[in-house]
Amino acid sequence: MHVPAQELRKKYLRHDKKFPHVWCPGCGNGIVMGSLLRAISNLKLSKDEVVMASGIGCSGRMPTYLDFNTLHTTHGRALTFATGIKLAKPSLTVMAIMGDGDSTAIGGNHFIHAARRNLNLTAFIINNSIYGMTGGQYSPTTPFGSYSTTSVYGHVEHAFSIAELAVTAGASFVARTTVYHADLMDKLLEQAIVKRGFAVVEIISNCHVQYGRRNKLGGAVEMITGFRDNAVTVGKAAKMSEEELEGKTTIGVLADREMPISIEEYAKIRKRAQEEKK
Amino acid sequence: MSDLNGTRQLLQGNEAIVHGALAAGCRFFAGYPITPASEIAEQFSLLLPAYDGTFIQMEDEIASMGAVIGSSLAGVKAMTATSGPGFSLMQENLGFACCAEVPCVITNVMRGGPSTGLPTSPAQGDVQMARWGTHGDHPIIVLAVSSVMDSFTITVKAFNLSEKYRVPVIILSDEVVAHTRECVELPPTKDIRVIDRIKPSVPPEWFTPYEGDARGVPPMASFGDGYRHHVTGLIHDKRGFPTQNSDEIEAFHLRLSQKITRGFPEIQMTREFFLDDAQVFVIAYGSVARSALSAVQEARKSGIKAGLLQLITLFPFPRGTVSPLLNQCRAVLVPEMNMGQISREVQRVNQTDCQVVKHNRIDGQSITPTEIYKHLVKL
Repeated sequence: MHVPAQELRKKYLRHDKKFPHVWCPGCGNGIVMGSLLRAISNLKLSKDEVVMASGIGCSGRMPTYLDFNTLHTTHGRALTFATGIKLAKPSLTVMAIMGDGDSTAIGGNHFIHAARRNLNLTAFIINNSIYGMTGGQYSPTTPFGSYSTTSVYGHVEHAFSIAELAVTAGASFVARTTVYHADLMDKLLEQAIVKRGFAVVEIISNCHVQYGRRNKLGGAVEMITGFRDNAVTVGKAAKMSEEELEGKTTIGVLADREMPISIEEYAKIRKRAQEEKK
Repeated sequence: MSDLNGTRQLLQGNEAIVHGALAAGCRFFAGYPITPASEIAEQFSLLLPAYDGTFIQMEDEIASMGAVIGSSLAGVKAMTATSGPGFSLMQENLGFACCAEVPCVITNVMRGGPSTGLPTSPAQGDVQMARWGTHGDHPIIVLAVSSVMDSFTITVKAFNLSEKYRVPVIILSDEVVAHTRECVELPPTKDIRVIDRIKPSVPPEWFTPYEGDARGVPPMASFGDGYRHHVTGLIHDKRGFPTQNSDEIEAFHLRLSQKITRGFPEIQMTREFFLDDAQVFVIAYGSVARSALSAVQEARKSGIKAGLLQLITLFPFPRGTVSPLLNQCRAVLVPEMNMGQISREVQRVNQTDCQVVKHNRIDGQSITPTEIYKHLVKL
């Protein structure tokens, strides 16, 4: 269903309160925000029922601009706050929006445990391979050998694959897309929001200012078209060898499974305890 | 309401905290195992489902504090409990709760520190940390419990103050209080006063989430109530949005501080024993206050005009009660299971020639009445 961007902006943005935003021209965060609004609009979620939590960093500012129940938490902790909200008021649709450093460095423990715990929460991770807001230091997803303000001689550590980490940790739904693949992103975000259990969408994004510039990857356009050229769908990737997949980004749904989820199991315990009390 | 209200019970201090919290309307607990506080988590895990509440064991104390704040933002009263090492981890999100004015209660059952310290021995080493542990200027209320009965009634008060002033309240217990079993008469439900946060009464489009009322405390909407608003740990304006405007930043800090100052008469709780004609007195809190009361009673029998000021509220420090007593008496003894964390406060507010005498134990042992008595006869 196509809703004109103008209508989405009018309906969902705090346009009279919190603009201009802090993001650099060409930043992928805006593409993600647009996709998120299309997904929420398509799902016809009431604005009063949506909670959007974030951590610290460029991605952390997104909720500020959106007319939902919004929460800008401490660095890496968005999922812990989201857990409390969801458990206290399960009727709310609770989403967390995080960056790569936010979710897998300082918040890494919360991330894997949120996946293991498998509440009805949705996590969107914008992975731009760098700490942008603080000036371009290396993050857990900065590739081996690349340059940042804290790896000026080339990075000596290997990167996390966030989506694969989520699959292993037990999330019910895991997908990956890039900011180039906006249509796919719309669909994946929708799927993730309605999924029973913990759902993760990793979105590969560009920080041409802090990452692209230091690694000679060009500006926003070059980086984003690079995502297009590097992407391989999950189906295609299954038929490729490890050597062929070297340096490629697999996009699509990596895991979609049904299992008992903790919040529903706890509700059963609660019901039983209350019946016994009577 | 707590099923035990209005009955006589043999309870441990840690258990009494749980029953106090349930009586105050707490329906959410998030925590992480730690000695000597674990019984609080275990009791909540047992009892909360029947109260339609939620217990969750998080991956660490940072996460526990985050979940507690989340629950409170969604409108469900929440608490956590820990001991020194966990309390250290909670300081980050505790600061968030101070900044965003999220009501919540944190119990710290103190054990010997620093670091892993003395997991099963009593101490009072976290007093200044409870006040100043999280970074930046911030308001906070710190209460100390001395008995099983206190663990019930002060926990109810902690929730009430937290809801009324939109501020985190720290309950400091210690290993002695936490694990002592005493027979207590729990008050009937009708006698337990429960205060809930004030909700906005204006239509959502008129709602200004961080505009204080006459007391400086903003009415608080829960997520999902239809009052969509922004909550952040950044310094914010009245609308809740980040600000760099120096006038707004100053107004934010002043309101946060003044909402507590205005509540001093209600917040600063103490108990006075034999103070009317006292010439020397003891200032004590937690389990030490009970040893102090015994010692003061003995001293009275020996003809010494001794008194006891038991502090329930440690911070904001009850200067208004302490100062006149310093004027009245020739000496004050401050016994503590630390190197002298409240005696610093006493010295700070002392503008008389009243002699401030410290008595400190840092060996993992509790302070006995005899020790305090020996000091009192020399004052």
